[in-house]
Amino acid sequence: MLRYRVIPLVLLDGYSVVKTIQFDVRRNLGNPITVARVYNMRNVDELILLDIDATKEGRGIDLHTVQTVAAECFMPLTVGGGLQTCDDIAKTLAAGADKVSLNSVIFDNIDLLKEAVAVFGSQCIIVSIDVKKDSNGKYILYSHSDKKVNLSLDECLDLIASSNVGEILVNNVDNDGVMEGYDLDLINYVSKCIKSIPIIVAGGASSPTDCSSAIKSGASAVSAASLFHFTSFTPRSCKENMAAANIPVRL
Amino acid sequence: MISVIDLKICNIASVLRALDTLGLENKVVDDPKDIGQPDKLILPGVGNFFEASNRMRSLGWDLLLREKVLEEKVPILGICLGMQLFASYGEEGGQSKGLDFINAKVSYLRSSHENLRVPHVGWNDVSRCDMPIFDSLEGDNCFYFVHSYEMIIQESVQAAYSNYGVDIVAAVQKDNIVGVQFHPEKSQKAGLTLLQNFARRM
Repeated sequence: MLRYRVIPLVLLDGYSVVKTIQFDVRRNLGNPITVARVYNMRNVDELILLDIDATKEGRGIDLHTVQTVAAECFMPLTVGGGLQTCDDIAKTLAAGADKVSLNSVIFDNIDLLKEAVAVFGSQCIIVSIDVKKDSNGKYILYSHSDKKVNLSLDECLDLIASSNVGEILVNNVDNDGVMEGYDLDLINYVSKCIKSIPIIVAGGASSPTDCSSAIKSGASAVSAASLFHFTSFTPRSCKENMAAANIPVRL
Repeated sequence: MISVIDLKICNIASVLRALDTLGLENKVVDDPKDIGQPDKLILPGVGNFFEASNRMRSLGWDLLLREKVLEEKVPILGICLGMQLFASYGEEGGQSKGLDFINAKVSYLRSSHENLRVPHVGWNDVSRCDMPIFDSLEGDNCFYFVHSYEMIIQESVQAAYSNYGVDIVAAVQKDNIVGVQFHPEKSQKAGLTLLQNFARRM
C-alpha cells in the first residue's frame, strides 16, 4: 500500500536556511547542508529545498548548494526558486535534484509547464502555489514579485490539472509559520478540484495531529518547516501519530 | 566492475553516488563501443519511453545490450524506465519498441484505472520479494516509486508487486535480467541493500 509522506521543507534566502512567518518576519537557521544531513539520518521520506528570495532578486537557486545538499540525500530531493526556463530546470536536475518546483513563473509563462513535462516527464515537475485570503475571505493567489496575479485560484487549478504535471504543492500564506494547523478547508477544496494529481500541502503544521488531519482532508503528502525546526516533533513522530490514526506511513 | 549506461536522458548521479557509498567499483558508459567486458550492467532512467527507445536504437545500444545480456549473460539491472525498456514495446509518447528481453508492454497507469492519482509517487511496499535482490532486507521492503506508466507482463516470469489500488509490477526477474520499477538509489537503506545484493548475489 502506498504510504503517505511527511516531507520536511527547507527554505533558503540564497545560502542560509530561514523560516518565515506569513512570508514576512524571518529567522535564520544556519547551514542547509547540515540540515539536509540530519534529515537524511532521520530517514525522512523526501526533502523539498526552496530558495524563497530567488524570484524576487531575479536570480536562480545556487547550484553549488543544490549539489552539496543532493550529495547528502538518499531520498528524493525537490528543488525550487527562480526557475524560469527548461534550461534552468536541466541545470538544477544536473546538480542532483530529482524534481523541480515551479511557482511564480507559471503566472507569466504557463506554457512552461507543458514544455517541461514534455522534456523532463511529469514525474519531475511540481507546481507550487501560494494561496491566501483577501479581505473578503476569498482565496487568492499570492505573488512573489510586485506584479499582480490576474489568475483566480479556480483558473489556476484548472490550468494545473490540464498540464499533466507530477504533483501540486499548496501552501497557505496566512498560516505560514503561525503554527496553528493547516488550512483544512483549502486542502479539502483543492483535493476536490484536482483529482488526478497527488497533492502536497504546506503552511501551519503545529503538531503531528495536524498532519493526520491534513491527510484526512484530502492531502497525498504533508510538508512542514517550523514544526521540525522549532518543536521537538520529528517527521517520525508525525508518522507515528498518522499510523495511530490508521493512515499508512513508512516508519 | 559495474558499468552504468548513460543514455543522456536523465541524471544518473544518484545511482553513481549510491554505488560509491557501497564501495562498488563502477564506471559510466555513454558510448556502446566503450562497453568492454563489464561484470554487471545497470540501465537507470527516468523520462519518456519513446525518446529513450529511439536513443537506444540510434546509438546502437539495442544490439549491444542483446549481445551482452542475451548471449554473454551479463547480469543487468534496469531501474524505473530502465526496467520498462526491457519490455517488448511501450505506449508512452506513441508506441515504440523496447529491448524485448521480457514479453511485456508498458501502458499508462490511468488507462485501465481511471480514478488513480498519477504519477504513483511515494513509498510503497513490495510483496512477493523472493528474488535474490530482495535478500537480507529484514522486513524493510518499502521503496520509493515515481512513475506514470506500468509494465504489464505477458509471459510467465518471476515478479514482485506493489499495490496502488491495483497491483503494479514492482520488480521482475528472468535469468540474468532484473528490473525494478522503484528507485533503489532514492530508497534509503533498503535501496542500498538491494543494490548491494545485485552486485554480490547475481
